[in-house]
Amino acid sequence: MNRKRAFTMLFLILAALHLIIACAGFFATYNPEEQNRELPFAPPMRLRFFDGQGYLHARPFAYPLRLREGSFDEYEEDRAVKLPLHFFVSGARYRLFGFLPMRLHLIGAEAQVHLAGTDGLGRDLFSRILFGGQISILAGLLATGLALFFGWCIGAAAGFYGGWIDEILMRCAELFLALPWLYLLFALRAFLPLTLSPLHAFFLVVGIIGAVGWARPARLVRGIVLSAKEREYVRAARGFGASPFYLLWRHILPQTRNILLTQAAILIPQYVLAEVTLSFLGLGVPEPTPSWGNLLSSSQQYRVLASYWWMLLPGFALVPFFLGYLGLASSLQEQGAPSNI
Amino acid sequence: MRYALRRLLHALLLLFGVSILTFLFAALTPGNYFDEMRLNPQISAETVKALRTQYGIDRPLPIRYAHWIISTLQGDLGFSFAYNLPVAPLLWVRARNTLLLTITATALAWLLALPIGIWSAEKQGHWPDRTISGVTGFLLGMPDVLLALGFLWLAVRSRFFPSGGMTSVDFDSLHFGGQLYDLFLHLVLPASVLVLSAFPLIVRHVRSAIADVLHCGFLRAAEAHGVPRRPLLYRYALRAAANPLISLFGFSVGALLSGSLLVEVIFGWPGLGPLLLEAILARDLFVVIGGVLASTIFLISGNFFADLLLYWADPRIRRAASFQAPEKTHA
Repeated sequence: MNRKRAFTMLFLILAALHLIIACAGFFATYNPEEQNRELPFAPPMRLRFFDGQGYLHARPFAYPLRLREGSFDEYEEDRAVKLPLHFFVSGARYRLFGFLPMRLHLIGAEAQVHLAGTDGLGRDLFSRILFGGQISILAGLLATGLALFFGWCIGAAAGFYGGWIDEILMRCAELFLALPWLYLLFALRAFLPLTLSPLHAFFLVVGIIGAVGWARPARLVRGIVLSAKEREYVRAARGFGASPFYLLWRHILPQTRNILLTQAAILIPQYVLAEVTLSFLGLGVPEPTPSWGNLLSSSQQYRVLASYWWMLLPGFALVPFFLGYLGLASSLQEQGAPSNI
Repeated sequence: MRYALRRLLHALLLLFGVSILTFLFAALTPGNYFDEMRLNPQISAETVKALRTQYGIDRPLPIRYAHWIISTLQGDLGFSFAYNLPVAPLLWVRARNTLLLTITATALAWLLALPIGIWSAEKQGHWPDRTISGVTGFLLGMPDVLLALGFLWLAVRSRFFPSGGMTSVDFDSLHFGGQLYDLFLHLVLPASVLVLSAFPLIVRHVRSAIADVLHCGFLRAAEAHGVPRRPLLYRYALRAAANPLISLFGFSVGALLSGSLLVEVIFGWPGLGPLLLEAILARDLFVVIGGVLASTIFLISGNFFADLLLYWADPRIRRAASFQAPEKTHA
């Protein structure tokens, strides 16, 4: 009972995180590609409840930033002006879920308030993290779907038909498992065009990750199918003349559900990380479209890393997702699905 | 001996398969090193064509593969377009550095993880176990990129450790001890990132393997006979639990290799990772293939080493192997 409740909690938290990312436009304060050239590398603004005289304000506010005299990248707060935050305000246009045109934002203020600072072009990092999450998480989900789909088809074919098909497919799977997977990912990426539009690059990355990842799910599914096809009811159905496709769909697919779910919980964070790694190294989704990987990539420059710590914040956005999926995977495994064969 | 030979043959076949696979990928996809050259107005079409013929790009695939195999057997591993050198010497220097990093990290991770995992299994359910599983869970949730960047940030901020590369500028002028110390300082950060990313998984496996064994009758009997704690855990329990851990060892080598790719790039460690990245950006086909093959060789030799260890540690496998051999010839 307790364990089941923990599982539900975890699932709800993860769902909430995904919802926030899915509705990035609503939670973000600005358009992620809008530049504010007045404020490059502005630090995160602090939200305050007490003003200079020590009065408490019910509505949080921030002080606007201005360049310190005689410097070009140090800011100080302008204590004369207060920027109170407003909720459910109308702001930059965006499309909710990619198609609903909307202007409603959760928070806004009269002037620019950067909750997580800005990058070198003065783009709001908070908004970029949220929108970047859409790319990274979606890439992870799609790639996992693709890998599981290929893995299931290949594993089911190998297990169901057996013989030389099984032999060939499983030898191939062994090959793919013998390669360190990041190197394999890189090798595949190496032979494809380097400069691409963000959309092409996105689908390319998803395709590559999905194509590399089929081997492990295929082996697991094959194991299940091997035992499932000898079950009495499956043999009976076959005796009544059921077609292979019907048998696979009706009787064998449900058996593999547990494995597929567990594998999904294991693979999604791994593939999100794969996208992040590729984009981080400049081989994935390119600027100006934000993704967690290319947001982090500016921290490869020592100057940025040393002076602007908030450029590491996109990396921290990964952590709750990782922890959530890890917990989900381990509780799914405890429910009795073998993790590796 | 026969067992080792069979595993070795298996590994070689696997390597051969991987080489064909990477070659196929390379052939199926559009574009090559000389395509970019063709866009350059200062290079005439004839020059590009001559270069293509010289490097054999215009031949059919099987012939190219045969050429490459011949060059590999001669110890060249093909020819780098960008460096205008055979690939093997290029790879060799880089592979040595990668090995230095990953072997250090693997050894450290295991040396740390074994006692911690065993301690955690011993105190199952009590506060040490809970603390350890909390910490490992948190570390598992930390992506490598973030760990590496965080450590780099610390290095840049504190200036205690060098923030990149493998050696200092004045490395050649140092005496031997100084050189070692310099190398050590450069190694600390990338190696500790790798250790931190590998060790939580190992701790968890060690814990569960030992915890499974601790319930066994022979250990409880040993305990009842008054065998002290340390020999009980380290000599008897660990030996009985060794099998899955040895398999994990082979796996952890592969995981560390993949992890080291990123860490090397971030810390500027001159290993295979940066070389591979450069080669990808320059579309330097044979260097990419060579890099992938080199990493595969590391992974396969890690697994091979694990197989040998397993053979040495587990009498059941030894017997199965010696029984299996005549069966095979019979079939």
